[in-house]
Order: sequence, then C-alpha cells, then structure tokens
Amino acid sequence: MAIEVRIPTILRSYTGGDKAVEGKGETLGDLFADLDTRHDGLRGRLVADDGALNRFVNVYLNDEDVRFLGGIETPVADGDVVTILPAVAGGAAQEMSAGGAAGG
Amino acid sequence: MLRIRQDLVDAIVEHARRDHPDEACGVILGPAGSDRPERFKAMLNAARSPTFFEFDSQDLFHLYREVDERDEEIVVIYHSHTATEAYPSRTDIQFGSLSPDSHWVLVSTRDPESVELRSFRIRDGEVDEEPVEVVAAAAPESSPSA
Repeated sequence: MAIEVRIPTILRSYTGGDKAVEGKGETLGDLFADLDTRHDGLRGRLVADDGALNRFVNVYLNDEDVRFLGGIETPVADGDVVTILPAVAGGAAQEMSAGGAAGG
Repeated sequence: MLRIRQDLVDAIVEHARRDHPDEACGVILGPAGSDRPERFKAMLNAARSPTFFEFDSQDLFHLYREVDERDEEIVVIYHSHTATEAYPSRTDIQFGSLSPDSHWVLVSTRDPESVELRSFRIRDGEVDEEPVEVVAAAAPESSPSA
C-alpha cells in the first residue's frame, strides 16, 4: 500500500501525463519530498520558499483541505488519497493581500 | 474565440450585479473536450472582497469531483471587477496561468448602465484577449415535473 496523489492537469508535465502517482512518507512534507525523487521539480510547485504550502495550490487529504489540518506537517498514512487542485482566485487587486504567501 | 449563449452571458452579468460591490465568481461547465459552455454554476467568493475573489476550497474540491463524475470540463471561469475595467490584473494572470484550458471571462460592474464583458486566455503569464460570439439562448426545456 502507498499514498495515492492525484495530480491536476497543470502539473502533469512532471508525472509524464499521469493523473495519479504513488508515494510514501509520514507527513505531507515527506510525501512531497519522496515524489520529487521521481518527479523532479514537482515539490517546487507545491511548497513555497519558506517551506509552507504554495499559495497557488489547494491540497486535500482525502476530502479535507490540509490548511485546516496541519498544513505541510499533516500526518499521512498508507491508503490515504491526496488531491492537488489549482486554486481558483484572482481579482482587481494588483497585489495579493498580506498573509497570502504569493510566489511571484 | 468564446462562443457563448445569451442566457449564460445574462446569468454572469446578473450574478455580478447582485454581488456588487464585492467581486462575483463562478464557472460554466460543458462536456469534456467540447469547449462548449453549457451549465452555469455561480460560486461563493470566499474572500467576500471588492478587489479579490477565491473559490472556497471545499467548494472547489466538490466542483472538481462533480466535473469528473459527469465527464465535464470547466469551460469558463468568470469573475467581476467592480471598480475597474474587465481586463486581467496581475493577480488574475498569476492564478489564471494555473487554469490555461479555461476561458477567463471578466465582467466589469463599474457602470450600472452598460455591460462590459470580455474573454481571455491566460497561459504562462501571457494574456490573449479573444472575441466573444454571443448566440441565441436555447429553447427552454420543458419542466421534468410537468
């Protein structure tokens, strides 16, 4: 058994087009590091420079947003399903409000 | 080019006016691979802000699940600008680049008398405006309970 990670279209260039990949780890951070060993660069699209989750993706453990669990430290286990979705956001503001760890 | 029915345009504008001065947002879904907007779905702006919108994360999760189950795609992602023109901001471009397969439709509600609706493709940080062809609304379906 492993952890299934569902990959959104925009990130499938890192998985050879696969919609889902498998990985392992004790926490979400471990899992992303493990995935990065086989899908080079994927972690950089999920985790910001400060080590927190990137503002531009939503990550769900089973069906719950991990921001309401433990963020990047959220414990994961065999049989869990992690879903990554691109955040849908925007608006007239030219800069995102403070607190949103924007990458750009 | 975005080809869209008049009733769907009307639904976007109506939603935008209703939520003014906060930004309104939503999607129009269509059969996967069709590029044909058919099913209007207003979304909650979790930011409830006049200058920012964001789909609620739980709503987003359910939206994607529904789209998968019904073999649909998100053809249009729309939102309003309530004091400025209907043109993608830098924030729109950052987030829009994550959904390059959807038409990014903006409507401005700065003028209550006129409708300003434009459509864009946003890819890799580049904005391309595209023509919008509005077609007549489909004949109303008969009510299933009738």
